[in-house]
Amino acid sequence: MTTPTIVLIGHGMVGQRFLEALAARGATGTARVVVLCEEPRPAYDRVRLTSYFSGATPAELSLTDEGFMDEHGIELHVGDPATAVDRERRTVTSRSGRTFAYDALVMATGSFPFVPPVPGKDSTGCFVYRTIEDLLAIEEYAKGAARTGVVVGGGLLGLEAAGALRGLGLATHIVEFNERLMSLQVDAGGGSALRRTLEEMKLNVHTGVAGEQIVADENGAVTAMTLSDGSQIPADMVIFSAGVRPRDQLARDSGLDVGERGGVVIDERCRTSDRQVYAIGECAKAVDGIVYGLVAPGYDMAESAAEAIAQQLAPGDGSPEAAPAGTAAEAPRTFTGADTSTKLKLLGVDVASFGDAHGTAEGALDVIYSDSRAGVYKKLVVAPDGALLGGVLVGDAEAYGTLRALTGSVPPVPPESLVLPAGAGAPSALGPAALPDDAVVCNCHHVDKGTVRAAVNQHDCTDVPSVKKCTKAGTGCGSCVKVLGQIVDAELEANGVTVDKGLCGCFAYTRAELYEIVRTLQVTTFAGLLDSHGREEARKSDGCEVCKPTVASIIASLAPSIGADGHILGGPGGEQAALQDTNDHFLANLQRNGSYSVVPRVPGGEITPEKLIVIGQVARDFGLYTKITGGQRIDMFGARVDQLPGIWARLVDAGFESGHAYGKALRTVKSCVGSTWCRYGVQDSVRMAIDLELRYRGLRSPHKLKSAVSGCARECAEAMGKDFGVIATSSGWNLYVGGNGGATPRHADLLAQDLSDAELVRLTDRFLMFYIRTADRLERTSAWIERIEGGLDHVRDVVVHDSLGLCDELEALMADHVAHYRDEWAATLADPEKLARFVSFVNAPGVPDPSVQFVSEREQIKPDLTLLSGPDIPVRTADRKLEGTASR
Amino acid sequence: MTATTVTTAPGAPAESSTAARRIEVREGQRWFAVCALDELTPGRGVAALLPDGTQAAVFLDRSGRPYVIGNRDPFTGAYVLSRGLLGSAEGGSFVASPLLKQRFDLETGRCLEDPAVGVPVFHCRTR
Repeated sequence: MTTPTIVLIGHGMVGQRFLEALAARGATGTARVVVLCEEPRPAYDRVRLTSYFSGATPAELSLTDEGFMDEHGIELHVGDPATAVDRERRTVTSRSGRTFAYDALVMATGSFPFVPPVPGKDSTGCFVYRTIEDLLAIEEYAKGAARTGVVVGGGLLGLEAAGALRGLGLATHIVEFNERLMSLQVDAGGGSALRRTLEEMKLNVHTGVAGEQIVADENGAVTAMTLSDGSQIPADMVIFSAGVRPRDQLARDSGLDVGERGGVVIDERCRTSDRQVYAIGECAKAVDGIVYGLVAPGYDMAESAAEAIAQQLAPGDGSPEAAPAGTAAEAPRTFTGADTSTKLKLLGVDVASFGDAHGTAEGALDVIYSDSRAGVYKKLVVAPDGALLGGVLVGDAEAYGTLRALTGSVPPVPPESLVLPAGAGAPSALGPAALPDDAVVCNCHHVDKGTVRAAVNQHDCTDVPSVKKCTKAGTGCGSCVKVLGQIVDAELEANGVTVDKGLCGCFAYTRAELYEIVRTLQVTTFAGLLDSHGREEARKSDGCEVCKPTVASIIASLAPSIGADGHILGGPGGEQAALQDTNDHFLANLQRNGSYSVVPRVPGGEITPEKLIVIGQVARDFGLYTKITGGQRIDMFGARVDQLPGIWARLVDAGFESGHAYGKALRTVKSCVGSTWCRYGVQDSVRMAIDLELRYRGLRSPHKLKSAVSGCARECAEAMGKDFGVIATSSGWNLYVGGNGGATPRHADLLAQDLSDAELVRLTDRFLMFYIRTADRLERTSAWIERIEGGLDHVRDVVVHDSLGLCDELEALMADHVAHYRDEWAATLADPEKLARFVSFVNAPGVPDPSVQFVSEREQIKPDLTLLSGPDIPVRTADRKLEGTASR
Repeated sequence: MTATTVTTAPGAPAESSTAARRIEVREGQRWFAVCALDELTPGRGVAALLPDGTQAAVFLDRSGRPYVIGNRDPFTGAYVLSRGLLGSAEGGSFVASPLLKQRFDLETGRCLEDPAVGVPVFHCRTR
């Protein structure tokens, strides 16, 4: 038998899910799989499309990689859509003219945005909101002179688009033909709560009106929109997001049955009127007559179709009908309809609807809680027998996970207690513990509570990340992650497992808790903290390699305000010195052969020729290897411990100070040359980088901190890859936080925009101090933002809106740090006691360590590693005086 | 190579005739003084040379007990164990290598992460 061929038309989210489902069933190993993708890039997460505007890159939105396609031998053709299907000859032709014969054909062509027939809709400045390319075009156009934008459509996508325009700095209008926003999901009460909240955010909402005409100037560019009530709103750009329509043209052209209002007609196994042709996702009209526009039903269809095709093409069986009959062991997976529950965060507002949200069932009753002041609206739809049928939540969708899972059953508490705020006389909110095992927790991947519990009980998962990996729950839209966490915690607790969140074997507290203890009790020594707050068995001990540097860093961060010795080699009896990792201990970076490297601070990467010459001279005189770092500084390698004071005496003399390359502290603030030299620059990025570097130098933190300042949106300083990055705008600075390079790169998120110099510094002060206060040990800002509850929104609430009332204190702590900064190397050189540590051998201070030797490579030194691989090297001292000390 | 000399430590402190206590290591039948007790910070080590040229890592724990082990990190070959952090675990003391963080029991020399690997341990006392 020849290898059968499966052709997939369309590589969106559902298409990719179909490929994964095929691979999971082993079908990619027995069939040739060809994918025709219209967009210039493989499948990406369209649900999170808007996150592009808050910093997500197209790469981060991607749902697949070359590895997946290679591993499963899938032929992916991007930018080459199918243009014709010949069902007689069973072939598909692509735009580039290629023809593929198929045994099974799957249409996953998705939908296209509906653009209402408004005169002027083709003017320059009119966009749709569907693909990454659409977003790139919108961004590019908005960066021009656009000041005002109009979004046509007040549904889910429309509000996302409005959020994007607002984020780009445009005054934004929303025009919705219905009487309320999000009419599909929420009722009148929910719609008006949503409207009030959006209007408070300075969005202009026009409901019950249609766009009548788009007014363009002589160049054909949009200038205004006339509405059906006769009013006119100015508009530099218009985005249409008034719903989508199934892309079924290919099916129509090839004679497949198509619904009256569109959508390829499919049966419960996703087969079209031609048994060799399947349709899945938004282009398909399911057996219940609905064209689903959500991803979860699409995923469901992908799974059903993959199973049907895997059976159809199974060796020795050519007939799809015969397959289920022959393998009667299990009923075939079918798609007959789907739950359209959704929970979203639109413009920072929670909106959720589930089940029979509009109360269409006979005898359905409403239970409503509404607080207009707080912008909260909650409605439950209940059957006469008390069963929960559905509901709408606006402004507070905390209970969504539990409520959705309870839908269809009679809740164990009265319905009103499920919507009343905690503490309003109702029994405390119902937790996920009350859910039955068959309650679906993750809608995207159809994972029920029983499966999550099994992951904990049978697969040894002890946290949400491992449960996600094991069950796929929480890896779709992510709205169930909180409930997942509660179920995992409850299950562990029920099993008698206590999750020890302690820092190490010596402390049962987390780093953040230790920070609070040190700060409030003003504990200035490690020994004092260990003996008062360590685990019982660790008190009076030495601590360990985990807690010692961690506590040293906390004490250093807080030193000015708790009255501790700020020098890392200070403290009573030099205690701080004993706590530091070797890098901090010798104020240099340990390299593989036991030598150290030295990095003087070069603020902003700006350096005078005189200083460059000094670095060259010092490196030459001490025989050091030199290399330019990624942080715009110069690293000098190959120094022995006993050489460090001599090297630094020269550097400090020339005006250099410690670069803290050895510390969990601020490293560098990189910069581009900015508006001073660059013809594109809009702000003086070098000056700002120097200001920031000098302000935060020496700041001890849970992990290293990197920063950069770019003078324009071209972003030459790569600020988006930094813990805090600054990008100039024509009216100030945008502050991005939580970026990272390294093994898990992450683009930084926009925290605030168009800041003045003073606002930028104030927000950065708060952000850094809040991070230092709450992060775990060795947790970079990127991981911290992902971990802490509420994520970026919470961080923004705290540092921008002062939701915890902490900002004054955070700023005061930073002011203390700035006022008390002293160069560590200058202070070390001035203190003979500290200098005494810099010897290779305590009993032979003049003898260099013989294992630290170098050989030559490309005209510089490199470590002689042969010395380290052999047996011990005895040290021969010139005068053998050591022998004599034994007789003393 | 170097043009600069910096005096970094006082000369042989064991020379002092006062009652300064010192740490001694047994070499065959003899005890050999490696340094004065007050040259060590509890919880931190120093490197010392033994008469045969061996590099030793000398530590003092918080209770004032001294330990002496070989200075060579068997995982990397570098002579750096004296620069690791001392810690307590299950009643014993260990040093964590500053390079790749493996821990070595200071009494037995055994690596806590890989019991097949160890470092030499020297008898020592304070006098």
